[in-house]
Amino acid sequence: MTARAPTDSLAGGFADAPRQSARAFRAMMEAMARPGTIHALAGAAPPAPLSVAAGVALLVLADGTTPVHLAGAADCAAVRGWIAFHIGAPLAAAEEADFALGRWADLCPVDRFRTGDPAYPDRSATLIVEVARLAPEGPRLTGPGIRDIAHLSLPGVAAFRANRALFPRGFDTFLTCGDRIAALPRTTLVEDA
Amino acid sequence: MTTMPETAERQRRGWMALLAKAPPARLAALLPDLPAHEMLRPPETGAVMVRGRAGGTGAAFNLGEMTVTRCSVRLAGGAVGHAWVQGRDRAHAARAAVADALMQTPAADRIRAGVLAPLAAEAAAAREARAGKAAATRVDFFTLVRGEDQ
Repeated sequence: MTARAPTDSLAGGFADAPRQSARAFRAMMEAMARPGTIHALAGAAPPAPLSVAAGVALLVLADGTTPVHLAGAADCAAVRGWIAFHIGAPLAAAEEADFALGRWADLCPVDRFRTGDPAYPDRSATLIVEVARLAPEGPRLTGPGIRDIAHLSLPGVAAFRANRALFPRGFDTFLTCGDRIAALPRTTLVEDA
Repeated sequence: MTTMPETAERQRRGWMALLAKAPPARLAALLPDLPAHEMLRPPETGAVMVRGRAGGTGAAFNLGEMTVTRCSVRLAGGAVGHAWVQGRDRAHAARAAVADALMQTPAADRIRAGVLAPLAAEAAAAREARAGKAAATRVDFFTLVRGEDQ
């Protein structure tokens, strides 16, 4: 890949979209199916401050029918332009978004995101949280997809416990750090380690 | 009636349409060598809905889906070119995008004379030949005296 400015909105998409998006989707599905496991994503080079994993996740999941909310530093001209050119997703307020992207502090309070309704719990938001550190340690995770217990360095515990209490409603979460991704579906029970 | 100013956007629309509609083999013959370029969006094939409107006041309706291939490139100098062409010819889309980018560089005059002018002339000739064929089949109806007036 040629060198480029970090604010470049036109470069940095998939070079071989069918294969790269299928591989990335598989890794993200695996992450969501086994909460606490950490997977690597590759193939995209989004503009700063987006991490590679967050950019790939958006390329794979979002399209013209899914409103995206950019929170905090992620809401800059370069990222807006990159999403417009490579994804074509409309940008929306937090309350209407299908996907929300940003650092945890910028996404809070997370109870403003859509959690679906009892008849259609799938009409909920998916958060893509940029974290500075992602490691299999910290809060204890149990629930579907976890054999015994798992640990994951979450940015908060109380918010995820409240989200779990809404089940079957609730949002799902991806955590991204550099080129690595982990997931926390609404089914996972989170406890302090 | 005032004449509309020929803005840069209208001109670009014109050459993009010309490149998109050109026969792929003819475009390849006129522009065989492409300069170094970066693929911003590699050629990808998809479908677009073509919408139509019957008459000046008719409501828009969906005419049908059409297969298109689109591509975006950037030249070493920074010029960005886009193309959406009919069909699934990836090389055609890439070549049209590079030509669009070249039209925004000092090479524009060379491209206009060497590529766009011949394509435009051939497109006009094809259109006239088709119109000529159609005109040859024209039937003029007229009414002879039918006798009611007598």
